[in-house]
Amino acid sequence: MTDLILFNVTNGLIIGAFYVLMALGLSLILNLSGVINFAHGGFLALGGYLAYTIAPYVGFWAALLISPLLVALLGLVIERTMVFRMYGRDPLYSLLLTFGLAFIFEDVTRAVWGATGLPFTVPEFLSQPVSSKFFFITQYRLFMVAVVALAVGGLFLFLRYSRLGVRIRAGTFDLDTVSSLGVNVRMLRSFNFALGIFLAGLAGVLAGGQLSLEPTMGANLLMPSFVAIIVGGVGSLPGTLLGGLLIGVAAGITTVFWPAASEAVIYVMMAVVLLLRPRGLLGEEGLLS
Amino acid sequence: MTGDKRRQQLVTLGAVWLLLLTMPLWLPMLGGYMALGTRVVVLGLAAMSLNFLLGFTGVLSFGHAAYFGLGAYGTGLALKLLTHSTPLALLLGVLLGGIAGALLGALIVRRRGVYFAMVTIAFGQVFYFIAFRWNSLTGGDDGLRGFERQPLGLGAWTADILHDPVLFYYFVLALFAVGTGGMGFLLRSPFGRTLLAIRENERRARFLGIPIEQHIWLAFTISCFFVALAGGLNALLNNFADPTMLNYTQSGEIVIMIVLGGIRSFWGPLIGAAVFVVLQDYLSSLTTNWMSFLGAIFVLMVLFFPRGVLGMHWLETARSILGRLRPAQAQGGGKPA
Repeated sequence: MTDLILFNVTNGLIIGAFYVLMALGLSLILNLSGVINFAHGGFLALGGYLAYTIAPYVGFWAALLISPLLVALLGLVIERTMVFRMYGRDPLYSLLLTFGLAFIFEDVTRAVWGATGLPFTVPEFLSQPVSSKFFFITQYRLFMVAVVALAVGGLFLFLRYSRLGVRIRAGTFDLDTVSSLGVNVRMLRSFNFALGIFLAGLAGVLAGGQLSLEPTMGANLLMPSFVAIIVGGVGSLPGTLLGGLLIGVAAGITTVFWPAASEAVIYVMMAVVLLLRPRGLLGEEGLLS
Repeated sequence: MTGDKRRQQLVTLGAVWLLLLTMPLWLPMLGGYMALGTRVVVLGLAAMSLNFLLGFTGVLSFGHAAYFGLGAYGTGLALKLLTHSTPLALLLGVLLGGIAGALLGALIVRRRGVYFAMVTIAFGQVFYFIAFRWNSLTGGDDGLRGFERQPLGLGAWTADILHDPVLFYYFVLALFAVGTGGMGFLLRSPFGRTLLAIRENERRARFLGIPIEQHIWLAFTISCFFVALAGGLNALLNNFADPTMLNYTQSGEIVIMIVLGGIRSFWGPLIGAAVFVVLQDYLSSLTTNWMSFLGAIFVLMVLFFPRGVLGMHWLETARSILGRLRPAQAQGGGKPA
């Protein structure tokens, strides 16, 4: 029994790591630009598929970096041509725009790579179990968690210590003031958008090795990421991190006792959080509400 | 001026109802089939119900598919397990969707803007997963089958809405009249005027002593009841309900119908629904990539026609052009103004 629980908690933490990467990207974009990016899942799936396509030529390690960069570039193009027109408008329009983009992404992915799942092979040494006792923890899972931790750590350091990062955080609170201090807000938002998409692409490559590649893989991770943001508190990146891990573990533990409810339980958590602490666990009062 | 506006509204009302009531006459001539027309009316009701909240209260719910689907599943399950009366089953479906909306609405009315949208989407998904996972009750991924709408007994005469698509259309249209009439009445009441005030300037309305949260909650709940009615009718139309009806993509489709038709207009969402349903029917028979087309419609709408391509403002533009032409004709002048 303890093994079973341990297995599912580990599983939950790993799934939670995906939620965290995805939700952090969403959160970055939401906080600075007020746009809920429905197409985030589409970018994630694209990241996975691109890595699948280029890995035979450049190898797994290069694909892990190149694919998210390509996806971020695409994100940048879409931001510069379409999404920026939505800034300052009713959130309805950015929702519909990204919603339409998500449809297109999913359909194009399906048309190019097919509707059936594709296996994404990871390097040999990563697919071995860590030990015979903990057979369920493959090297790849540890590696994945390490990459996520590295990415998240890097992101927080960047936001804390680099000039650009500080500006992004400042813009979350008061974009007008940041703008009047001479910062090119237009560029800041574009960079920030691309950064968020990069995280989605990275999550896509990692997810491709763990689950299999499917056109809907990103859309399936999108809703839990919303929940992670709301549970953690809108406007707070540490909150998003906490929220993602919490709901991952909650879903993992529920799988032991009542598998059918493992998807619904996170929404119950969200309801409880909204009831007891409407701004979310680490949320700021008044921001975006 | 207000008399003029009132007259315009009556003309629109007359035109809409003339078209709807005579649809069984002209639809087959245009190559349509009755179930398609019925679907337009059903989704039109859903879009107009959401627009009660979105367009007239100014609150963005992106999770209304949940209540649409709950109405559908409630009606279907009631017909399958409880009763052979179609109206009673429909009533139970409406209550299920409406009460769920009222309960969740109480949790979320304090949120605004993007945050409100996010919370409504996320809560909507709960019902999707319940319908998806509770195989023994809902049929899971395959959808809910095994129920049929039942003929209506009206005293001596029985209306066989099961086998006669035209009769069923009029049954749906009657309930559409109840729904839209109810919402139209509410919007003209002091309550409806207050909702408009909240939409226009929430802070000012609050300073006037209006209990904002209470009003938004009521508007949300009313909207959920009517959207559940539409969902129930949809289940009756197809004799089937499936989990995708509860998914957030369905919510997005209802929202795009509203935007297609024009968000500030009362009847606009009906036109948006008509365009959407016909287009979807046509595209999905033509290409397997209709999702891309649908997505492209979303993107183009938002980028180029945010006020709706087909909204009533076309009518208004046409009317103002006519209005400008008329005096010129009266003077016998050849110069179009």
